[in-house]
Formats: sequence, C-alpha cells, structure tokens
Amino acid sequence: MKILAAMSGGVDSAVAAARAVEAGHDVVGVHLALSRMPGTLRTGSRGCCTIEDSMDARRVCDQLGIPFYVWDFSERFKEDVVDDFVSEYEHGRTPNPCMRCNEKIKFAALLEKAVALGFDAVVTGHYAKVISDEAGNRELHRAATWAKDQSYVLGVLTHEQLKHAWFPLADTPSKDLVRAEAAERGFSVAKKPDSYDICFIPEGDTRAWLEEHIEMQPGDIKDTEGNVLGQHPGSHAYTVGQRKGLAIGRPAPDGKPRFVLEIRPKTNEVIVGSRDLLDIDEIRGIRTTWAGLPVAEVADFLAQQPRLGARSAEFDITAQVRAHADPVASTAHMEWVEDDEAEDGAGLRLEVVVGIKEELRGVSPGQTLVMYQGTRVLGQATINRAYSLKRADIAA
Amino acid sequence: MGSTRVYMDHAATTDVLQPVVEAVTEQMLLGGNPSSLHSAGRRARATVEAAREKIAAAAGCDPAEVIFTSGGTEADNLAVKGTFWKRHSADATKNRILVSSIEHHAVGDTAEWLETHEGAVIDWIPVDEDGLVKPETVRELIEKNPDDVALLTVMWANNEVGAIQPIAELAEIAAEYGIPMHTDAVQAFGAVPVNFRNSGVATMAISGHKIGGPMGIGALIATRSAALDPVLHGGGQERSVRSGTIDAASIAGFGVAAAWASEHLAEESRRIGQLRNRIINRVREEIPGAVLRGPEPETDLELIEKGPSRRLPNNAHFTFTGCEGDSLLFLLDMAGVESSTGSACNAGVPRPSHVLLAMGLSEETARGAQRFTLGHSSTVDDVDRLLDALPTAFNQANQAGLAAHTPNAELWH
Repeated sequence: MKILAAMSGGVDSAVAAARAVEAGHDVVGVHLALSRMPGTLRTGSRGCCTIEDSMDARRVCDQLGIPFYVWDFSERFKEDVVDDFVSEYEHGRTPNPCMRCNEKIKFAALLEKAVALGFDAVVTGHYAKVISDEAGNRELHRAATWAKDQSYVLGVLTHEQLKHAWFPLADTPSKDLVRAEAAERGFSVAKKPDSYDICFIPEGDTRAWLEEHIEMQPGDIKDTEGNVLGQHPGSHAYTVGQRKGLAIGRPAPDGKPRFVLEIRPKTNEVIVGSRDLLDIDEIRGIRTTWAGLPVAEVADFLAQQPRLGARSAEFDITAQVRAHADPVASTAHMEWVEDDEAEDGAGLRLEVVVGIKEELRGVSPGQTLVMYQGTRVLGQATINRAYSLKRADIAA
Repeated sequence: MGSTRVYMDHAATTDVLQPVVEAVTEQMLLGGNPSSLHSAGRRARATVEAAREKIAAAAGCDPAEVIFTSGGTEADNLAVKGTFWKRHSADATKNRILVSSIEHHAVGDTAEWLETHEGAVIDWIPVDEDGLVKPETVRELIEKNPDDVALLTVMWANNEVGAIQPIAELAEIAAEYGIPMHTDAVQAFGAVPVNFRNSGVATMAISGHKIGGPMGIGALIATRSAALDPVLHGGGQERSVRSGTIDAASIAGFGVAAAWASEHLAEESRRIGQLRNRIINRVREEIPGAVLRGPEPETDLELIEKGPSRRLPNNAHFTFTGCEGDSLLFLLDMAGVESSTGSACNAGVPRPSHVLLAMGLSEETARGAQRFTLGHSSTVDDVDRLLDALPTAFNQANQAGLAAHTPNAELWH
C-alpha cells in the first residue's frame, strides 16, 4: 500500500511510521505545519508545532530512508480548530481542540488530500485499533492497554475515514516499549517528552489566552428555581463543579455551599446549586457521528422518517466524557427534538440521550461524549446539556 | 545530483563545477592561514588574492572592493546593517530605509530587525504585476524627505519570478540625493551581465554556490567610499569590516566558478534561456490552468540577438490554478523531478510567497506556485522529462486541491 505517515515529531508517530515501513509499505512522511508563526524551539511540554518538531520528524524519515514533506495546513487549522475553539468557548462550551484537529485536519483535510494524491491510508501514532469484519466493515476499538488508549480522541472518525486509517501502535502494551523501540532504531526522539498542552496556547495558560481572544459576555447566575442570584462577567470563566469565586451576595437558604451545576450557552446563564445536584443523571448530545456502521437500534431508527418526539430503541453503552475519564455504564437512545438553535426556530434536531447509571460529575457542554460497547467505539456526540434529574428546573 | 533524477531547482543551488572541486581540494591539502606571515600563510594568501582578482573581473569591480563573507545572507546583512549603522550614527535623522517589497529574506528581515531594534523606518517599495520596481516610485518615496533616507536596497534580479530590476536607473536616482544603494545580486551574478562599476550601486551581494562554487562562501562588493560598520567583530581580516579566518579553500573554488561563469555567460544564458522557453511555451500550450508569473521572457530570437534583460534566463515560474504548490512539488518529486514552490529559505514551513503577494496575487493563487530553474548542467532531456511529468501531476494536484478546499461532506460525514 501507499501510506502517508503523519509525523508530529514525537516518538509515537516515529515508531508508527517505522512499523509501516517494516511491513513493506511504500511510506511517505508528512509533517503538518499548523501554526502561522511557529516557534523555533520547543518550550515547556509543547510538542508538535515548532520547527524543532518538524526537524525531529525529518530526521526520523531520513533514518527510515523515506521521503519527507511539510504541508501547510495553517489556514485550515486556524479556521477549523483555533477559531472553533474560541467560538465554542464564546458559546459557553468547553471544546477539545485535539479532537477537532483529528476530525477536521488529520482525518479530513490531510486524509482527503492524501487520497487525492494517490495514497491508500494515513498512519498516525495513536493508540487505538481498527478491525475489519468479514464484510469489510470497519470497527474502532480501544488499544490493548487501557492506560495508553486514545480511542476517545478518535471517536470522531467516520466509517469512511476508518477505511483509510491505520494505527500501528494499537497492540503495543506500553509507551515504554515504544520508547525502547525508538531507541533501538536510533531515533533521537526516543526520550522526547510527551505533549499534553494545547499546541497553539503558549505556556499552557488557556485562561490567559482565552481572555485575549474572547470578548466577555456578562450574564446571570441563577439557582435551579430560576432565581437570579448575581451576575457573571463571562460564562467561559466558569467550570462545572466550581465552588469558589462565584461572587453571589446572598447565601443559600439552606446555608450550604453552592457549586456551578451547568453553563447554559444559549442564554449565557450559569446555574448553581447544592453539591448533591452535581451528580449527572442525563446527558444530551448533538452532532452525533458513528465510528463505523451504527448499531442496529440506531440504524433502524435512522431509516424512519424524522418526527418530533420519535425515539429509537434503547441500547446499552459505556459513556466516556473526557480523554482520561473512567467510562460509566449507561443506556442511550436517539430522539428527534425541536431545534432551539435553528435561526428560524423551526425544524428538528437529532439528539442522543444518555442515562447515566454510575456516579459522574463535572461535565460541561462542548465536551465530547464517546459511546462504547465493550472495547468498541460506537461513535460520539458533542455534549449540549448534562444535568441531575433531581434539579427543580429539570423535573419541570 | 544524481543522473536519474531531473533537477529543476538550480536557483536554490546548482551543481558544483568539477574544476571547483579540484581547486577547493587542492587548497585544503595545501593548508595555511592566509593571515599568517610565514610561507604557508603567504601561499594561502596568494590563492585568496588570485581568486579575489577573478571575482573582481567577473563582477566588474576592483579586487580591493571584494569583501569575502560566508555567503549572500551575510553580505546582505553587512550591507544593510553596516550602512544603516554608519549613516544613522553620524546623523540621527537618517533613519529611513527604502526596501523593495520583493527582497529576499536576507535583506527584508534584516531591515525589519533594524526597524524593531535600531529605530529604522522602512518604506516598502511596491512592485508592478510583473514584480518590477518603477524608478519613479522610488523617486517619489525619496522625495517625501530626501534627507532622512539612510539606504535604498533593491535586488538585481528576483529569485522567485526572475524579474530583472532597473538597477542602474535606480542607482542614478539614489546618487542624485547622495543616498547609497545596495543590491542583492545573488541570483543575477553569473546568470546575466552584472557590472558593479557601471551599475552605480554602493554595495552588492554575491554568492558562490549559485554559480557552481562551494556553499558557505560569498562576497560583498563595496566601493572604497562605502562606509560600513562591521556585523562580525574580531580580527578584521577583510578590510577591517569582516572578521573570521579567511576560508582559502572555498574562496579558491569561488574564484574558479566566477571565472567559469563569466567566460561562459553569453553562450550559457542563451542556451539556458532557450531551454527555459521550451518549458514556458509547452506549459502554456498544454496546461490552460498555468499562468507564467514575472516578466515576459525574451524570445529565442531576442536571446540570440541581445541576451536576457527582462527576466533571468534560467527561471520559469507559474501559478497553477486550483493546485497547491506542495502537492505539485510532492507529485513531481515522486515522478523524479525536483522543483520548488518558490524559495527554499522558509525553514521548511511553506507560506504563500511575499513576492507573489506583493505582485498583487491572492493568497489562494499564490499557494499554487511552482518554480522551475535551470543551470549549467541542465539538458534538453531534463526539460522534456519535466514536460512529460507535469500534465499528470497538474491534474492530480488539481483534484487534491479541490478536495482540500471543498471538503467532501458526502464521503466523510
């Protein structure tokens, strides 16, 4: 096969590319230039946006004896990831830019360009597994080792994209083994630190960066009865579960501390309440995608005519709401609801409704809900709302 | 550079001439520091001075006007910073630098550094759609306040689109106001007739590896009256304005390359120009989406009768509608043809060219740029193999370009 290895300059993508070469494929390394003003050297733990990273990727390709190119995706990255990140925050949601980058850049813009240029697949250093059933349909599964599993950030991939994706690190039990393999191959990146920060935010200071890029929109702080308790300077400054810094003059009637329960993007409200209301019972997700063929309950439902209030049969899932969160047992169904975000106020919107069966806290709108069955990734949705069913405003 | 591949990027660097390799190795084996006073030193010095004479003869200047540097970039830095510092420190009101908007980064970024750190004010000189500086524009900019101009700098010929600038005319205007002019002649030297004395400029940068000499050697040609503050401080080996042990071996090779280029310039510029025309004519015929950027080249007949005067004879530069330059470069590279999206100096991060943007192109159009440049080792077979590979690469890059700009929602979502 003709393979494009997406090379971040890190150890994982280096070893992934090496394995693709070793498997006998015709491999070309490509580093994506995502920043318009790339730093020369890495600072802190950042690790894919500097010229040094690009040089690291180049050295690995030299050692593998494969061609290497830098492709400029900075325009797409700015539109689809950075601007989206700002816009989501402005709408009170907490986005995951790495998922957006996978969705829009690595497995859309890059993959489409690669296919158009004659490649069969894109290889990355993600820890996740793509398997194929007898009919050739693809499924996305968790990696062999839970600790390194990155299937969560790949939940956005569609069936078509999975057909052109390959993750050679799927079965490697630990990062140490990947580093050891890199060292054995003589890669200088063998000991390169992992990157955790958001690559376009210097020094990892998201709050400061956002303040420079977002206009604060003041709004109401309300309790679950709908009483206005105070004003907030901008809802993006709050996170669900936050207790301090709420600046509410009046104490709660029961004298107990109040926590941020929910951020309501549409009305720019911050809802606060007592600690017991932090437990999430139900999540509603929008913009659902399926990482492979949808499960039978969903496929049957999607085959029917959309109708307000129509619901699919329920199916069991485990739900994961953050990259390193524990998945929680849940049930899910699809539902056609009124589209309250549509310009004309009309139309229907498809939501996935997830009933949480275990303890789950601290979920913000904008986060990604990834649905699993066992090790298999079913698909994902953007969380629109997450709440306790004990809340007065929800029960009503 | 490998006989099975087609090298179409001679403006980035060209093959080293065989006699250059011999001159370099000979001096390396001889050794000696040209600044030493003993016999080994004198022998090395003699090699350096002989090379200096050859370069002076090729560039139309006196040997004393040749200041060896590590290459074109250092020569540009020395000219721009050195002149600005000298004139600004003598008269603080002289703080304006007139810089063409199509300069190589070695000049443009140096000027910007002076703006950020040394109180310089840059006036970027606009160019027309062919990438040419108009003398009257320069006069108007000077006339804003003739007394505050520290320096005028316009490259002799542009490295991306090959536009040859009216250097003598510009230098004459600058001279009327007593303003020193610098020109970056890295691409022009060895490709078209370049005569420092006749041009009237104060300083001129040239480079070894663009003409078949070694990398890491170049020179700033500076009139005796050109006043420069040094950039590199130390032993002052070169005219007290450039320090560092003199690289006798590289200079020996540079000298040989300069003499070779000068001797063969007339015939080579015609031969290479006609090969280049073969590219342009065929691309225009066969690829409707290709637009030649830069000045209209001399016809074969004009080349034979007069030689090149509007456009570097080795340069063909196109924008390909609907293609991304990096896709084209990739596909051609896979097909064994080595080309460039414009300039190799952007540290591996492709950006739309500032030269094309200055010529009025949109970012999207500028992204479709591809430059083919020829050199002394280019053959008609190279050209034909490029022309064989190009239509297929264009079609495929065009499809990839469409994919990149209009994501296929049906397929992926």
